[in-house]
Amino acid sequence: MSALIDAASALCLAGGGFFCLVGAVGLLRMPDFYTRVHAASVLETLGAGLLLVGLALQAGFTLITAKLAIIGLLIFFTSPTAAHALAKAALARGIRPLLGKARTPL
Amino acid sequence: MLTAAALALLATLALTLIRAARGPTVFDRALAANVTGTSAMLLLAVIGFLTGRPDFLDLAIVYGLLNVIGTIAVLKFFQYGNLGAAGSPEETPRP
Repeated sequence: MSALIDAASALCLAGGGFFCLVGAVGLLRMPDFYTRVHAASVLETLGAGLLLVGLALQAGFTLITAKLAIIGLLIFFTSPTAAHALAKAALARGIRPLLGKARTPL
Repeated sequence: MLTAAALALLATLALTLIRAARGPTVFDRALAANVTGTSAMLLLAVIGFLTGRPDFLDLAIVYGLLNVIGTIAVLKFFQYGNLGAAGSPEETPRP
């Protein structure tokens, strides 16, 4: 049982690290501000969630897991708020999204 | 695997800092700073487990609270030009 939990924890940690890297590469290479917000949200949902689940599996039912849950809730509530505020502020300051050409005239 | 996660988070921090230094608009920099804060939170948690001192989790919580407040304050400043206004210009009642 312990080996099983260790394996699940290692899998979650590896996945979390991978998704963090993917989000960071997207943040660096996406062409437009709004697509960068999208790439960053990958890091803050999947990456953070998987990393915290992996750590909580190692800790077991202790106070540490409660603190990890608090961190997870904090990220869960604040990261969409920050992304929304970012996009709203950028749109209000006149940054236009990078759009492709429409196939049919609107 | 904890070491691999910590290394991945360090690489994430480096990439987001490159975006923060390069970002053409101020909103790119604010986004990169926000993501840097989130990755630093996660890195603090992972380092706490690596060194066997889970007290680092408290530091991560405090860092996250400061991070979100800083992001919202910077965005409000760059959207409205000051921090004291009650809301957007459309919402404030005109005398």
